[in-house]
Amino acid sequence: MIHAKYSLSALALALVFAASGCSQKPDEGGDVIKIGSVAPLTGPQTHIGKDNENGARLAVDEINAKGLELGGKKVKLELLGEDDQAEPKTATIVAQKLVDAGVVAVIGHLNSGTTIPASKIYHDAGIPQISPSATAVAYTAQGYKTAYRVMANDAQQGKALGQYAVGKMGARKIAIIDDRTAYGQGLADEFEKAAKAAGGEVVAREFTNDKATDFTAILTSIKGKAPDLVFFGGMDPQGGPMAQQLKRLGLSARLLGGDGLQNVNFLKLAGADAEGVVASSPGLPIDSMPGGPDFRKRFESKYGVIQVYAPYSYDAVYALVDAMKRANSAEPAKVLAELPKVDIQGVSGPVKFDAKGDTMDGAVTVYEAKGGTWQVLETVK
Amino acid sequence: MQAVHKYLGARPRLTLVLLAALLVILPFVVGAGLGNSWVRVLDFVLLYVLLALGLNIVVGYAGLLDLGYIAFYALGAYLYAWLASPHFGLHLPFWAVLPLGAALAGMFGVLLGAPTLRLRGDYLAIVTLGFGEIIRIFMNNLNAPFNLTNGPQGMNLIDPVSIGGVSLGRSLRVFGFTLPSTYLYYYLFLAATLLVIVIAMRLQDSRIGRAWAALREDEVAAAAMGINTRNVKLLAFAMGATFGGLAGGLFAAFQGFISPESFNLWESILVLCMIVLGGMGNIPGVILGAVLLTVIPEALRYLGDLQRATLGHVVVDPADLRMLLFGVALVAMMLFRPAGLLPSRQRKREFSAQDGVAEQEQADLYDARA
Amino acid sequence: MDIFTQQLINGLVLGSIYALVALGYTMVYGILELINFAHGEVTMIGAMVALTVIGVLMGVAPDLPGLMVVFGGLLIAIPACMALAFGIEKIAYRPLRRAPRLAPLITAIGVSIILQNLAMLVWGRQYVSFPPILPRGQHEILGAHITDLQIFIVVLSFSLMAGLWLLVERTRLGRAMRATAQSREVAELMGVNVDRVISATFVIGAAIAAIAGVMVSAYYGLAHYYMGFMLGLKAFSAAVLGGIGNIAGAMLGGLLLGVIEALGAGYIGDITGGFLGSHYQDVFAFFVLILVLVFRPSGLLGERVASRA
Repeated sequence: MIHAKYSLSALALALVFAASGCSQKPDEGGDVIKIGSVAPLTGPQTHIGKDNENGARLAVDEINAKGLELGGKKVKLELLGEDDQAEPKTATIVAQKLVDAGVVAVIGHLNSGTTIPASKIYHDAGIPQISPSATAVAYTAQGYKTAYRVMANDAQQGKALGQYAVGKMGARKIAIIDDRTAYGQGLADEFEKAAKAAGGEVVAREFTNDKATDFTAILTSIKGKAPDLVFFGGMDPQGGPMAQQLKRLGLSARLLGGDGLQNVNFLKLAGADAEGVVASSPGLPIDSMPGGPDFRKRFESKYGVIQVYAPYSYDAVYALVDAMKRANSAEPAKVLAELPKVDIQGVSGPVKFDAKGDTMDGAVTVYEAKGGTWQVLETVK
Repeated sequence: MQAVHKYLGARPRLTLVLLAALLVILPFVVGAGLGNSWVRVLDFVLLYVLLALGLNIVVGYAGLLDLGYIAFYALGAYLYAWLASPHFGLHLPFWAVLPLGAALAGMFGVLLGAPTLRLRGDYLAIVTLGFGEIIRIFMNNLNAPFNLTNGPQGMNLIDPVSIGGVSLGRSLRVFGFTLPSTYLYYYLFLAATLLVIVIAMRLQDSRIGRAWAALREDEVAAAAMGINTRNVKLLAFAMGATFGGLAGGLFAAFQGFISPESFNLWESILVLCMIVLGGMGNIPGVILGAVLLTVIPEALRYLGDLQRATLGHVVVDPADLRMLLFGVALVAMMLFRPAGLLPSRQRKREFSAQDGVAEQEQADLYDARA
Repeated sequence: MDIFTQQLINGLVLGSIYALVALGYTMVYGILELINFAHGEVTMIGAMVALTVIGVLMGVAPDLPGLMVVFGGLLIAIPACMALAFGIEKIAYRPLRRAPRLAPLITAIGVSIILQNLAMLVWGRQYVSFPPILPRGQHEILGAHITDLQIFIVVLSFSLMAGLWLLVERTRLGRAMRATAQSREVAELMGVNVDRVISATFVIGAAIAAIAGVMVSAYYGLAHYYMGFMLGLKAFSAAVLGGIGNIAGAMLGGLLLGVIEALGAGYIGDITGGFLGSHYQDVFAFFVLILVLVFRPSGLLGERVASRA
């Protein structure tokens, strides 16, 4: 028998709950089309998360300024930004919240670890999801017709990088480090496969984590194996100090990384030791794209320097709106039917989807850090 | 309110019926008023209640400070994923997997408890913290040489719970009503929570519960009274872990995807905060703590909407403020109600020690510690 | 051999950093038996304040030598952290002295969250880089590389430990601290102003934390509002390993943890025949910690045992 006192307090609690439930009323805007944007806005990846949201926001503001007409009616886009804290559980809650709020599509999430669990909810609700930056192969391999991404996935990028390292950089003995995140590990694994296939030898496979700053132990161990190239699958906060420690320990090997390193913050964090580091980024170089430099100017005048993925979330919004225009409607089912036909020239490259929802033959551009900036080496496919 | 309280206080059975009715209609009220996302929050609330009740056995009853509790949640979740997902191609039914997960977690509870029997207080805390991290790191890395956990990529497409051919993973249509998946899981979690509450209450008032209390108050005296402190401690670890494992299995089925990042140290700390905030050792308190700490961060998301409604635009980004206010709430609650919001009767007595004897006892405890 | 020497140096430097932070944990714990979770965040604030001052100084006086600039940063960061710790103790811990043990632990976690998020609001979400203004001298010992800054960090942590030991063992304040640690009530009866002693402990710990924060960000070249958490956790583990409450123990624990991590990451693959790799670096560290505690339940140099959870 439950004590009366216990149940009393529980009852009071439940009443509070119920009361709070009654006070809210949902509102439905007439000609406002709501689009969700989800990224971590708190925690260590905050700066990249905000960047994602800002990219989408810029696109939405531009489209609204130009005016969008669907089905003969003028409509206005509204971006609902949510914080998933880079955490899977929170991701599902905010996904549900966006679905409840009546969004017609979602731009997000940032990490693969949050994009995948959230994709189930968008799929069940039947609304399209375009992730600007989730690169895990598994995301589009679930068989969901609602899951899209505008960035080359780990397999595409890792393969291009592996071939580039052996073929163009002439690496024979390769050491690989990853940060044990879904992104870093996925990229490093694909890189390893491609590098081996191209004839490179992997002499060391080391690991760190996405909160570490001290890599001297693994770098020293790598030094003993005398590689001529060190590949790092991970982000700039680790890559920066890693580049410094690499030099400090007297390793002559070059550092190669993916899009996690190819950003301004890495250059800042690595300082003088960034010189000669090679890193890739999916898509074509922004500044060589029609409208690219202009995008950079507009973005930077509003939100400051582009961190990493802003161009991709910007393109994701335009891809979505392209599908809406084709459908002449913002209704999710109709937009979904048109998404496979999307074909636009984005600032990160052409955006076209394949049958799975991945970007069609995503190009990857390789850059080298020279004199404090990233300079294009070449674009590989 | 006072009158209602008095009226109901005298009629425990009526209160119980009212409460049961309320719990049954709760998802509908919440769902209609706040939307389906809040029913999902409600589901997570119940999962955290389960976790908090489990940890309460270890920390609240037996007084063993455990900072690695989330490891058992992880074990339950991973076992569920191994036995009911395409990963190994196994698709066992939930009624087979959940008890197995709980048992596995319980076994690990003993494994953790055994070497730490001699440790006390904060040393125990740091060892359990280490244990929690070790489990998480293994889960994060066991994709090679043998792919056990799929590493940081996590395990996907985990089977939803399915009862009598009805999958809880999809909306259910009954009598023209559509019950979304989140509602169905609510009732499943509610059933599990009630079961655990009953077990926890029976335990508290049992011989074992008194042994735990004795252990918590004074280990040496407990041993002197003939309590087998080793077995009693191990039992506390095992019971707590079992509940954690159960919650983990439910979580895996509910979310359909698990990855190591869901089981980090912060989660352990969060569950600990729940029981301390609510009132250690007191079941309603623990439940209250779990409810508050799950709901508050979610409710704070609405700060943005509130600003938009009152000021016309967002002045301070709610994402910036959410965690800050959460921290302030933690500190403020502890300052004003250090024994928790609903302290257990015993602790309340210790706290409002007006008479000299209790005061002296309290002082002695401090001396014994120093 | 040169690889082994290098790993040892790596471990010593990392360990010295842990030790610097661990000193603050151990002092507070020794007196209050409180895990001051917010200590890692105080370290972070120290680094952030110093970086701000360094930025300003570099703008105002670009010709100032790098060492002076960093020293200037420290000069502001230290009192800032001292004031912060004084405030934290007064607001969040002092009212809870008679509360159950876990209550101040929760406020400590709360304060830690507050400081992290305040820092995020003030200094932004981004990693802040430490300007390359310190001399980058490098030496070779037995084929291993070591920089001036690394040597400085090791020497500094040893001297701070020695200084702290002298303070506790040889001064009036130190005697009051030891008395308070033994029994707050008796110390009070003997005329010790317990409140002041506890405040002093926090403030001294914070000063060391500020120095540690600046060293960490100079060494790794960055600072971030989140950096205090992991650092604090490791440092706390180090303090427990050495025997919490014991100053020499914090030093020993820090150095040991650093060396174990470095050697673990470096050799774990060879030891286990490639089955475990450097991803188990932290497992290795925690495993040793657990082993030590199981066989010496109060840490390597610890004597007193906390008896209640």
